[in-house]
Amino acid sequence: MTTQDCDAVIVGSGPGGSSVADVLTSHGWSVIVLEKGRNHLLSLEPPYAGLGHFSNDEIKSIDRHLLGPDPITEPRTYRRTPADGDRILTGHVNSLPSTVGGGGVHADSKLPRLRNEDFNLRSSLGPQDDADIVDWPIDYADLEPYYAESERLLGVAGEVTNPFAEWRSTPFPMPPGPDMFGAVLSSAAAERRGLHPYRAPTGVNSMTYDGRPACVNCGFCGFHGCPIEAKGDPVALLRRSLLTGRCEIRPESYVTVITTTPDRRRATGVRYLDASGVTHEIRAPVVVLAGGAFETPRLLLLNDLANSSGLVGANLTFHFQTLTVGSFPFPLFGERGRAVTHAHDDFIVMDDEARRAARSAGLPWIRGGLTEHGAAAGPVMESKTYGPGDHHGRSMRDSALRRRMWVFTLQAEDLAQPANRIDLDPAIKDWAGLPAGRVTYSPHRHELVTSDHYGPILEGVLTDAGAEWVFSTTSPPTGPLDVHARNPMGIAPASYHIMGTARMGQDPATSVTDPAGRFWDVEGLVCADSSVFATAAGYNPTLTLVALAHRMASQLVGEPLPATVPRP
Amino acid sequence: MPGWLTPEELEQLTRLLDALVPDDGVNPAAGAAGAADYVNRLLGAFTADPPRIWPRGTARSGDTDWLELGTAETLAWRIRIEGSRSMPEREFNGAVRGWQEIYRDGLTEIGDLSERTGAQVRAMLQADDRLTELAELAFAHACESLYGDPIYGGNRHEAGWTAIGFDGDVVPTGWSDDEVTNPAGPPS
Repeated sequence: MTTQDCDAVIVGSGPGGSSVADVLTSHGWSVIVLEKGRNHLLSLEPPYAGLGHFSNDEIKSIDRHLLGPDPITEPRTYRRTPADGDRILTGHVNSLPSTVGGGGVHADSKLPRLRNEDFNLRSSLGPQDDADIVDWPIDYADLEPYYAESERLLGVAGEVTNPFAEWRSTPFPMPPGPDMFGAVLSSAAAERRGLHPYRAPTGVNSMTYDGRPACVNCGFCGFHGCPIEAKGDPVALLRRSLLTGRCEIRPESYVTVITTTPDRRRATGVRYLDASGVTHEIRAPVVVLAGGAFETPRLLLLNDLANSSGLVGANLTFHFQTLTVGSFPFPLFGERGRAVTHAHDDFIVMDDEARRAARSAGLPWIRGGLTEHGAAAGPVMESKTYGPGDHHGRSMRDSALRRRMWVFTLQAEDLAQPANRIDLDPAIKDWAGLPAGRVTYSPHRHELVTSDHYGPILEGVLTDAGAEWVFSTTSPPTGPLDVHARNPMGIAPASYHIMGTARMGQDPATSVTDPAGRFWDVEGLVCADSSVFATAAGYNPTLTLVALAHRMASQLVGEPLPATVPRP
Repeated sequence: MPGWLTPEELEQLTRLLDALVPDDGVNPAAGAAGAADYVNRLLGAFTADPPRIWPRGTARSGDTDWLELGTAETLAWRIRIEGSRSMPEREFNGAVRGWQEIYRDGLTEIGDLSERTGAQVRAMLQADDRLTELAELAFAHACESLYGDPIYGGNRHEAGWTAIGFDGDVVPTGWSDDEVTNPAGPPS
């Protein structure tokens, strides 16, 4: 007789895994959530209160890797193409937090939805040479009920003024929080230039919500855990799951093996290493992979599983970020507020100038993305950019790169290319002796042309807003490698938006999972993270991956949400 | 207070850190504001239990507890600080030179700094490839100590933050909505 330890084992406790845990436990399933990293988020004993490990401390959060992964024990590697050799960087590469709560803990929690066009990019805009652009197997209407429910569960503050946003079935659960001073200036300038800025949907409380307090605008939002739990993602989902009594979270539990039946056609559970390196096994009829679009393909490749298509790890996308920086003659008070309060989406849709730019570059189209209006980083990070010497104190007081700086971050569409991928590094290992994951990534010419087109437009906006000088750069940087050896953004993609490495589709030959996130090759194995994204879209991915995870879990329990209609 | 360097090394390190991030009449020098203490506590982090890596709170919070490290985190920080010391469990990616060794060897290598100006020290560091590792590490720590939370031993009396007008940790009060949107007062 087969025994089981729980109804589902979930690998990863970030936004996707926690969304699945919430849905399954609320329908009576028992789940065990295995998290590779430490728990700094909430007590695992009733009433599951916050642990108080987070504080407004730049050193702890950034320089000392509180949220993990530590680049020494969990290194990752990077190369642009195989021509670089095995790697050009070892250590910190797209180190999305490895901790209970995952990437939700450190994010400043911008939670936009995609547009319908994002689900139908191939049909809407057509192919591009050397890129593998496909339609998603679902569309916006399929996901809308889950967007609405995820916004409610996480607690999203926003307003319905963005002319590029899709229809909604519900209002935002909360009104927006206060506008940051710098964003007021940049938004006014953007409007003068014909753009359409709006208050960005944000998973940060603007009022008491779900028993958690309103944000106090302390300024330590991006890269930091929230010390007062004003950020709902994903603590709200994990606490709800725990309160059912049917969820167990095991931190420092590193899944290394997906167990299967002998024919490898059905998942039967997982094996994991605990903090002492002792192996444990969990038997469950459903195994949910939610470790993110880096760790999920790495685990599958380590197990040589679910890869009959050969696409596990392939089509890796980030958002190709254009960062346009303006230095103003007065302080912008970026240390007050939620890091980013405004955005504009105009560059999602081509205007005549963008069409001309595409045509003159020989491309059929270009596509940008959501542009965040945001503040600079903290003083420790700033101080390291100035270099040693007598100028250092003056530079810090002058603070052209913090107090007087405002930044546009264009989260631009990144075309899927099969050669851009996650695979296993041939030599570098983690603390457990397993191969490190390796990123091979180069932008498509589309990304470069798009950046070259929109960067100067953003520079014009910041100049109009009052900036004394402006410049644009990209992540990853372009051009000769030696020029970027000391780039503060690093030589690897700095975006924590990572997608596409187990894409969903209608055909097992050209996709890794079906439209419900079920792996084609292995029954009982499902995916609940951004690995399944078929294209990158130009929007921050978290709300979409949470909604997809919610949809997948709802289908697992046989209770999909009913279809929705636009709110009048 | 945990520490690792000798008094002589601390004196030498203070001069080095002062040379990297000097006093300019307004901003304090890193060393004078406690940077050597910051480095010394970090190098000696494992002489205390829990190791002095992650404080639970900030200096202003009054919470003096330190967080326990997990197993993998302990391994990472021991490798980083102590080096791999030919231990197989620390050399899964080869031998690692730890910060203790970089500082101790580097401070010996640079010799007596008491008669050198800051510019001379920086020129010496730049001219000698053997000192690059020390120079980069010490500069990073000088910045962290002077502009990070005082709980780590640097930024004494918040001197670094005061000089640059940084408000530091403002939880639980935070900023009012009006202070966020109109920090300089009502728009004219």
